[in-house]
Amino acid sequence: MIPFESQPEVMARGNLSHLDALEAESVFIMREVAAEFERPVLLFSGGKDSIVMLRLAEKAFRPAKFPFPVMHIDTGHNFPEVLEYRDRTVERLGERLIVASVQESIDNGRVQEEPGNPSRNRLQTTTLLDAIAEHQFDAVFGGARRDEEKARAKERVFSLRDEFGQWEPKAQRPELWSLYNGKIRKGQHMRVFPISNWTEMDVWQYIERENVEVPSIYFAHQRDVFRRDGMWLSTSEFLPNRDDEEVQHMTVRYRTVGDMTCTGAVDSPAANLADIILEVAAARITERGATRADDAFSETAMEDRKREGYF
Amino acid sequence: MDLLRFSTAGSVDDGKSTLIGRLLYDSKGIFEDQLAAIERTSRRRGYQQVDLALLTDGLRAEREQGITIDVAYRYFATPRRKFIIADTPGHVQYTRNMVTGASTADLAIVLIDARKGVLEQSHRHAFIATLLGIPHLVVAVNKMDLVGYSEETFNAIRDDFSAWAQKLDVHDIQFIPLSALHGDNVVTRSVAMPWYQGPSLLYHLENVYIGSDRNLIDARFPVQWIIRPQTDAHHDYRGYAGQIAAGVFRKGDQVTILPSGKTTHIKRIETMDGELEAAGPPMSVSMLLEDDIDISRGDMICRPHNQPTVANELDAMMCWMADSALRPGGRYLLKHTTKTVKAVVDDLRYRIDVNTLHRDQAADQLGLNEIGRIHLRTSSPLQLDPYDLSRTTGGFILIDDTTFDTVGAGMVIHAGPEKQQVPADEALEGALDDAEVPVAA
Ligand SMILES: Nc1nc2c(ncn2[C@@H]2O[C@H](COP(=O)(O)OP(=O)(O)O)[C@@H](O)[C@H]2O)c(=O)[nH]1
Repeated sequence: MIPFESQPEVMARGNLSHLDALEAESVFIMREVAAEFERPVLLFSGGKDSIVMLRLAEKAFRPAKFPFPVMHIDTGHNFPEVLEYRDRTVERLGERLIVASVQESIDNGRVQEEPGNPSRNRLQTTTLLDAIAEHQFDAVFGGARRDEEKARAKERVFSLRDEFGQWEPKAQRPELWSLYNGKIRKGQHMRVFPISNWTEMDVWQYIERENVEVPSIYFAHQRDVFRRDGMWLSTSEFLPNRDDEEVQHMTVRYRTVGDMTCTGAVDSPAANLADIILEVAAARITERGATRADDAFSETAMEDRKREGYF
Repeated sequence: MDLLRFSTAGSVDDGKSTLIGRLLYDSKGIFEDQLAAIERTSRRRGYQQVDLALLTDGLRAEREQGITIDVAYRYFATPRRKFIIADTPGHVQYTRNMVTGASTADLAIVLIDARKGVLEQSHRHAFIATLLGIPHLVVAVNKMDLVGYSEETFNAIRDDFSAWAQKLDVHDIQFIPLSALHGDNVVTRSVAMPWYQGPSLLYHLENVYIGSDRNLIDARFPVQWIIRPQTDAHHDYRGYAGQIAAGVFRKGDQVTILPSGKTTHIKRIETMDGELEAAGPPMSVSMLLEDDIDISRGDMICRPHNQPTVANELDAMMCWMADSALRPGGRYLLKHTTKTVKAVVDDLRYRIDVNTLHRDQAADQLGLNEIGRIHLRTSSPLQLDPYDLSRTTGGFILIDDTTFDTVGAGMVIHAGPEKQQVPADEALEGALDDAEVPVAA
């Protein structure tokens, strides 16, 4: 925040910091959604982007409660540290948490696990769409950023989905100024990405500036890992290593927190936010390239999944 | 570190993708795995060198057709500034995408191929940038390597463009000779063009002064959301939340609420982080007022002696974005600031040929990607400013009332009852004067 005395002067010079400008834009977007939709929901994974989203929601609506619940799509393959963080954080904020479980979708026969593929990333889509239908959500906040991936670079802040949750990149509404069109028809819903214009660096700088807690696995820690598909994967009950995969005890950290079975750790000594920011500044591999096994698969992997209604 | 948003427009093959790729690459905005992916593609297609242009096209259809068709946003930062690029296609059939990208830009880069010189499309790109109120223009004369880095060629293009640009109300134009392919004058000054004394493109982007672009005079606060905790601790709390559109508000200021016209004072301006003494654009804040007045979303807080026009009719420049044409009598939804109302198009005054700027007063419709001046009436009053005073209180969109698609972008020229007709001779001239083309100061 700008110190009290210098505010008018700062404004007169015209240079609000980039973080202040991004924050102001994101807060505006959240309030537009609250005003124009009947039943919004905010997706929260416990990852750094959704942590920023929660902080922005506080900025937009305090001292009142959020005018929407927070929802976690639980793959059942989560890092225990992240689940613990999730519950503690939502409780501290005094907000309402909905957990939609992929395991339940499997048990109810809504989806089937692919033989030989431990990742439940794809299965999340059904669980999400079922939860949207069940709760009649008409707007779903996601923490996606346009810098993450090529296909996202063109996605609107207000991204319309049809009844099947599908994104149609060719039929996107033009989005001008800060005039977001929140009109939808029955059966449609809106995915809304308030931090579209943030980069990974902005996210970390903001977390540092706001001094918000993040799950411990973002920082360097000791872990048993093994090498698969060019990544360090954590040993766990969900993902046993094969005989030819040697387990090593290493100092690692995570750049994204997702499904344990396909989120790779990076070999890093970064032990605090300042270290992470330095590391991000020096990094020459995108966070998705470094840590997500499922994106490396095809150049258009993300676009295909988005069409199917993925986040 | 502050934020600069810029848009880029160029015709196919002028080198726009290469230029953006170069900026991202040289400022380390490209990662190794992205580079590896485009290296693979370049090799597969049998190119001699890595095609940096591949970095900037996103969607599969575009990859297949090999052209950029939508607006794509790219990000990079230097120690001085964070940049958001709205990368827009340059062909006339994508005028609406260009308009979209330009709507939020502080600066526009218009690319010109040095071998071809100033073309009709260069005029169109510059016109759209000025129409959308972009205060700074960069004319990037690319492929200088293919004209022997000739000073004469550059000067001729500069003079040609400058002569034409006098028709537009644009105050800051920077001409830069470059080679996107070889990197001349992109990040560092070119050794091949010692005759050029100006800044490199990146230096200019990092240093162009945008501090005076924001309107800090005309205080405008569209009420977006009302914060009412309804808890014991905040029993009577009512915060009017929104983003300041223009001007500076201070604690204690006397303010008028529109459309009611009621007057009160600002008790507090606050954010979650505490109270503020003053706030200006584009900050998102909450205002608490001294008196209990009935205020709702869509109302506007301003100063008693500096108010927007409250009107239910207006003249605007309109860029049409839908397949089905705009015609007089057409009915739409109109979103302006935080208010959505019904609107009917009364009149199409003229259509502009975006290449020649000629005004066709006989036109009876605006098709996809066409721009013209219209008169509109709305079902309830709006708080309007001319677009050149404030982009936020002077810009609006039209929404189809059955499909709910966004079908047009409008820029207010004049709010209130009709002014007299545009004189015919003026219309013939083709040139656009200040009064007709909204241009942000
Ligand atoms: N010689 C030369 N070629 C260039 C330059 N900039 C771009 N090109 C080439 O011009 C062609 C079109 O460039 P591209 O960036 O794809 O153009 P776009 O259609 O405007 O995005 C490609 O073959 C580029 O390699 C330049 O400065 N000099």
